[in-house]
Amino acid sequence: MQEKDKKKKDRLPMPEQAADVRRHNFLEVPLGYTEEMAREEASRCIQCKNPQCVQGCPVAVPIPEFIKAIAEDRFAEGIRIIWEKNALPAVCGRVCPQESQCEGLCILAKKGSPVAIGNLERFLADWERHNGDGSLPEKAASTGKKVAVVGSGPAGLTVAGDLVLKGHDVTLFEAFHKPGGVLIYGIPEFRLPKAIVESEVQTLEKLGVNLVCNTVVGRAVDVKELFEEGFDAVFVGVGAGLPSFMNIPGENLIGVYSANEYLTRANLMKAYDPAYDTPMVVGRNVVVVGGGNVAMDAARTALRMGAESVKIVYRRSREEMPARLEESHHAEEEGVEFMLLTNPLRFEGDEKGKLKTVTCKRMELGEPDASGRRRPVPVAGSDFTMDCDLAIIAVGSGANPLLTSSEPDIRLNRWGNIDADAENGKTTMRGVWAGGDIVTGAATVILAMGAGRKAADSMHDYLMRGW
Amino acid sequence: MFKIVKREALVASSVILHEIHAPRVARKAKPGQFLILKATETGERIPLTMADTDAEAGTVTVIFMVVGKSTALFASLKEGDAYADLIGPLGRATDIEKAGHVVCIGGGTGIAVLHPIARAMKQAGNRLTTILGARSADFMILKERMADLADTFLPMSDDGSVGKKGFVTDALKEVLEQDKPDMVVAIGPVPMMKAVSEMTRPYGIHTLVSLNPIMIDGTGMCGGCRVSVGDKVKFACVDGPEFDGHAVDFDGLSQRLNAYREEERTAMEDHKCRMEMAP
Ligand SMILES: Cc1cc2nc3c(=O)[nH]c(=O)nc-3n(C[C@H](O)[C@H](O)[C@H](O)COP(=O)(O)OP(=O)(O)OC[C@H]3O[C@@H](n4cnc5c(N)ncnc54)[C@H](O)[C@@H]3O)c2cc1C
Ligand SMILES: Cc1cc2nc3c(=O)[nH]c(=O)nc-3n(C[C@H](O)[C@H](O)[C@H](O)COP(=O)(O)OP(=O)(O)OC[C@H]3O[C@@H](n4cnc5c(N)ncnc54)[C@H](O)[C@@H]3O)c2cc1C
Ligand code: SF4
Ligand code: SF4
Ligand code: FES
Repeated sequence: MQEKDKKKKDRLPMPEQAADVRRHNFLEVPLGYTEEMAREEASRCIQCKNPQCVQGCPVAVPIPEFIKAIAEDRFAEGIRIIWEKNALPAVCGRVCPQESQCEGLCILAKKGSPVAIGNLERFLADWERHNGDGSLPEKAASTGKKVAVVGSGPAGLTVAGDLVLKGHDVTLFEAFHKPGGVLIYGIPEFRLPKAIVESEVQTLEKLGVNLVCNTVVGRAVDVKELFEEGFDAVFVGVGAGLPSFMNIPGENLIGVYSANEYLTRANLMKAYDPAYDTPMVVGRNVVVVGGGNVAMDAARTALRMGAESVKIVYRRSREEMPARLEESHHAEEEGVEFMLLTNPLRFEGDEKGKLKTVTCKRMELGEPDASGRRRPVPVAGSDFTMDCDLAIIAVGSGANPLLTSSEPDIRLNRWGNIDADAENGKTTMRGVWAGGDIVTGAATVILAMGAGRKAADSMHDYLMRGW
Repeated sequence: MFKIVKREALVASSVILHEIHAPRVARKAKPGQFLILKATETGERIPLTMADTDAEAGTVTVIFMVVGKSTALFASLKEGDAYADLIGPLGRATDIEKAGHVVCIGGGTGIAVLHPIARAMKQAGNRLTTILGARSADFMILKERMADLADTFLPMSDDGSVGKKGFVTDALKEVLEQDKPDMVVAIGPVPMMKAVSEMTRPYGIHTLVSLNPIMIDGTGMCGGCRVSVGDKVKFACVDGPEFDGHAVDFDGLSQRLNAYREEERTAMEDHKCRMEMAP
């Protein structure tokens, strides 16, 4: 009896591909709830009067309402409740750091088993993709105003979607040959199937968004020229696309990649698929430097490409690791080894310039630093060398200056990020808004979308009433 | 899709010219800038410099040497065919200035890259000495056009079938001794650019070279194109592709260019097999 009660209280785990199977393929790892499982998990929500979960969600998705809809079998209605606040639930359900957002504040988290809000959000979005009637949301009458959106990551996609529905004529410019930003070139297929992003983009195109790929704004056309071409407002959502290196010896050896390059080759250029021409160093002994989502994605990709051993080298301890819990957990299950409190000092290569070994130092935690995290300090005499023929540097990304350096009227802060109003995304250049990683520095999908939505509201207001 | 409006084989089956319809790029491009081209959905992104642009016709011209699978695939595209993707203009434009006596040195397909720069240098009022190098007469592309632009034209070939027998550095040596240049632009294979830079260094003559590391995005996002220049790491696609030849680490660049040699060789062999098997 007691056993049954306990079961009832625990969160329903998501079925997954077994670790020893999935480490050899690029298919999605979590398989999704069935309708029955979704209803069961939804019934765990106690429908709080003052739901803390919603406070934890950066865009305030009406969580208890959509969960109630699932419990009552009203799936089509449920997804529409989410859409009011979140245009990309199939993506967010999969990649939001739920444990520190919605689920982190769920009242049941206190007992260690919050409602699986992300899984349920994903369930509804997937259900709609497979069973929905494909009907498009209602579009307002044409306003005759033209909007340019630069960058097709989550921020740009949100702005494009919101403004096209409000009746504006929207053109979405993307530098790469495929739209989607990090969702396409960064986050791997096994975590976010590309078909999901493609279907979101197709919806935008059906709604009338004019998609122009292969266009680098700042080179092919400047922001000022967009106004000359007849655009009335511009949104800049170009992301945080500037790889950081560590500036240690040997970083230019063959076999040392930035995570951006490694993941772009693997995901956008599909190096794992023999039908594609993209070459890549496969790596037997792989070292990934960093402890965030990017590092986990690179490590798990390297495993799937055929590495014998993959090590995450991170200079702080597990507690400080910024990756989503699910990602580090999955990585470990698949056989990625964690070398915590370790920092690379240099890479060494052979006479042809190929990476052969990496030398690292052990660290220990000292006093807290400015970020409040305990600062890692080197342990004297702890240097050691290990074999390594592929190293992936995933220690963060800065602001890419390509667009901003071509437009002096857009003011930047001292890190090179765009100085935009946090409330509405306005930049210092009239008619230009910005949002997402180019404003905040590398952050999250949901924050980029939230910024996109605020900017879209402000742009609509401007287009109808003035700056 | 980006349609090929003209195709010409400058050297039978090894150096190909494509004039491609891309009006937005043609309007904006400046000498020294490059494109990234992709022939098919599954193809590689390949950087090629614009050898010419025609804003009115809305076209850009590339001249490329067939060295591996992707350039072989490009070469198989005919007039009326199209590239799936074309991105540009990328990279910084050449700083064109009136320096006085400018020596332009081109080797191999580097001549194609040099062409618009030489023209702009001439238009800026410089006196132009042009040194071109090729294996033999057949491989010296754009010879007439480059000769027309130059005040002094010095072709060189390995076998003496065009101009003098010898390397471009032999011709440069004489120029340095007899008619000291104010600036040198050298574009060609890495060993050539390295040798030229070593020669001009003692004279303290500003020497511009154009680097061609392996690239992916061409927008400064991946860092794959990084090269050491002086004591700094630069991204050739956004900080270049042109750099001060006296500061470039050419040996590091050569090594990185060979990163995928084994993979590329297998890809090329597979490709040849399939081409031969095709009816
Ligand atoms: C490997 C990886 C894993 C991640 N995992 C997670 C996760 O699990 N959960 C999470 O919430 N977040 C994750 N993130 C972070 C998240 O993806 C980003 O915060 C988010 O994508 C930022 O969105 P954005 O719209 O600002 O920019 P981006 O997604 O970076 O998109 C910007 C787009 O603009 C284009 N662009 C750039 N310059 C130009 C130009 N000059 N002209 C035209 N187009 C241009 C780019 O090509 C790109 O397509 C991850 C990031 C990476 C790299
Ligand atoms: C900015 C820039 C401008 C360029 N402009 C021109 C041009 O105008 N005309 C032209 O003919 N070529 C140019 N190149 C070189 C051209 O991009 C390469 O020849 C091409 O990428 C080779 O592709 P492939 O698949 O045919 O050969 P691959 O199969 O990739 O390689 C064949 C051989 O070439 C080497 N290689 C690979 N990539 C490059 C590269 N980027 N540069 C040089 N060697 C490489 C490999 O190590 C291999 O040994 C330029 C390169 C850059 C970066
Ligand atoms: S958008 Fe993200 S944070 Fe908000 S409810 Fe959905 S999963 Fe949670
Ligand atoms: S806090 Fe948890 S239990 Fe309460 S409404 Fe939100 S999801 Fe349901
Ligand atoms: S090609 Fe990616 S940074 Fe230069």
